[in-house]
Amino acid sequence: MITFIPRDKVSKNWTIIGPILSIFLTVFFGLLIFTFLGYNPLETLYQIFLSPFSRIDRISDIFVKACPLIIVGIGLMLCFRANVWNIGAEGQFIIGTLLAGSFALLFPSIETKFFIFIMIVIGFIGGALWAFIPAILKTKLNVNEILVSLMLVYVAMLFIDFIVRGPLRDPMSFGFPLSKPYPEGAIINKIPFPGIGYLGQLHYGILFIILLIPISWLFVNKTLSGFKINVLGAAPKAAKFAGFKQNTITITVLLISGGLAGVAGVIEVSANIGQLQPEVSFGYGFTAIIVAFLGRLNPVGILFAGIIIATVKLGADNAQMSMGIPKVVTGLFEGILLFFLLTGETLQKYKIKWSKVT
Amino acid sequence: MLKFCMRIFSLFALSASVLFFIFNSAFAGNPTKVGFVYLTTPGDHGWTYAHELGKQMVEKRFGSDVKVSVVENVPEGPDATRVIRELAKQGNEIIFTTSFGYMEPTLKVAKEFPNVKFEHITGYKRSKNVATGNIRFYEGRYIQGVVAGLMTKTNKIGYIGAYPIAEVIMGINSFAQGLRSVNKDASISVIWANTWYDPVKEADAAKVHIAEGADILAQHTDSPAMLQIAEKKGALGFGQSTDMSAFAPKAQLFASINNWGPYYIRKIEELKSGKWNTGDGPDHWAGNDWGGLKAEMLLISKFQNMPDSVAKKAQEALNGLKSGKINIFAGPLVDNTGKEIIPAGKSLDDGALWGMNYYLKGVNGKVPG
Repeated sequence: MITFIPRDKVSKNWTIIGPILSIFLTVFFGLLIFTFLGYNPLETLYQIFLSPFSRIDRISDIFVKACPLIIVGIGLMLCFRANVWNIGAEGQFIIGTLLAGSFALLFPSIETKFFIFIMIVIGFIGGALWAFIPAILKTKLNVNEILVSLMLVYVAMLFIDFIVRGPLRDPMSFGFPLSKPYPEGAIINKIPFPGIGYLGQLHYGILFIILLIPISWLFVNKTLSGFKINVLGAAPKAAKFAGFKQNTITITVLLISGGLAGVAGVIEVSANIGQLQPEVSFGYGFTAIIVAFLGRLNPVGILFAGIIIATVKLGADNAQMSMGIPKVVTGLFEGILLFFLLTGETLQKYKIKWSKVT
Repeated sequence: MLKFCMRIFSLFALSASVLFFIFNSAFAGNPTKVGFVYLTTPGDHGWTYAHELGKQMVEKRFGSDVKVSVVENVPEGPDATRVIRELAKQGNEIIFTTSFGYMEPTLKVAKEFPNVKFEHITGYKRSKNVATGNIRFYEGRYIQGVVAGLMTKTNKIGYIGAYPIAEVIMGINSFAQGLRSVNKDASISVIWANTWYDPVKEADAAKVHIAEGADILAQHTDSPAMLQIAEKKGALGFGQSTDMSAFAPKAQLFASINNWGPYYIRKIEELKSGKWNTGDGPDHWAGNDWGGLKAEMLLISKFQNMPDSVAKKAQEALNGLKSGKINIFAGPLVDNTGKEIIPAGKSLDDGALWGMNYYLKGVNGKVPG
């Protein structure tokens, strides 16, 4: 049997060597696989890791792609720090988007400069409401939040599907399940750069991350609430002795993470899609779980993790466009990367002990 | 330690710059650059595979005169916008976006690249440099209806629909018209899979149909799963998008094959000779390249697993549709609640087909939503 024993002290050197070694191993196995499959291995690695940085508008695309992942990831960070397993950010993302989008489509004529901000607030409420269900079930009835939050994802998917096929379907859409386009005020514009114009899809929603990261960093590191969350996760008994209200913390982190997922949805759809459609999230809620852990449940780490994941995804598309490498192959490579990164991190914190099963 | 890191980084930076240089100077020559965006992978053996075959025809026809780039598995959202824009940036002169959900992303990028031509498959919105192409899939379903009506013993036809949208509904209604042209007692039951591609769901739907007594199955979803179930359970059915007889040699009666190749080739030729256009007209659907059996954008595979007499009837229907002798949606038409859709002497036009939200006689139940 294999048991993981926490290390007493995490070696400073290994926190630097670990990730480098992980990347090195990934590159090594990547080279092997690509060579074996008959693709030029160096060119492939270039496409996956570096081509996304080869043009300024490609770099901006990385941030656009990473934006929802980072916002959702930061919310999940709070949950995971408190040992609350919210697996259903995908559903919270969808409901937040749906609620805010419905508002935009039903009241398009409200004239205010703050239309999009109202939507963001509604999106937060929507996502939080969806997360409130597992929160209340867990605290009142001790129902497992993993199952509830996960299953609510599928409810949310079917719900938005129903809404865009029925009540909010654009009558001009020839029966296709699409809402009307959002009104002007509900659109998040692209950022114009003097002399260059637009950089890909780079939009004002990115500013939200710039705000969110320092605020969340201060929250988890410098406030009492943040401290309570950390203690609850690291040592539930200590939290109890200290008189922290476990249920309140559980509900709070779920509401915040659900709310942030909803906000991510509003920003993503208002900036990039501009209408409701059956699919508004493309696994962001699930990918963000990896992002949160890859970022070691730390806001700055999550920023970088989001960028890494977005880079590899974009690189995979580039590899396909220029070299015809199918997504399954780049997906395999992505898997190897995550495997080594997460393994490396685990081995820094834990020793492995092998023992015979008795 | 730090030194070690620095070295690794400088190595990375060096190799990056070298590689970058190589790639920027790699492509000389002057082939027409063509981009394709796929929703899934050619491994679906249905919708995307049909586009892949079209792409291969393009490569075969033009050889080194074209350079084709493909991106597969592109979700119908922000990723599509980015991928299409990237293809345009990389100098592709014509870009085929092969799924309905790419409509807005295609239009959005087209506005930014007025000199690039875009071909959106199955959409209805066009612009100066966005043309749309579609196939009259429903024509093949009429022949399916004829064959089903002659082959069924239980008079129950099981139909698996993807989503209750006009395109799918006109297919069901066309099937019903074919069915009732030879067999007034048979009727169609529809199960909505709510997916275009999910072999598990499609297989489940097929099992339910068979359990309820259907002996002929038809599908408007993409995978061969339904036919595989039919093969196992001794039912019969029709292939979708590509010839699926390899998956169900004893169950496939025939397949309606989406033949995108000639369309792609024609559009690329038009581009090369400077004659590319969107063919837009005053009528919303006119100008849309909406070809069927006659234009050979829709092909019918070999008739098999049926007696010669049935195959003969099927061939007659095929010939009739090609020559225009058979008008599938000619009046009088009544929906399945008895309401008149169109009187005798008139027939539905293309616009009316895209407004279909009812079942014609011969179909059970009602359209959801």
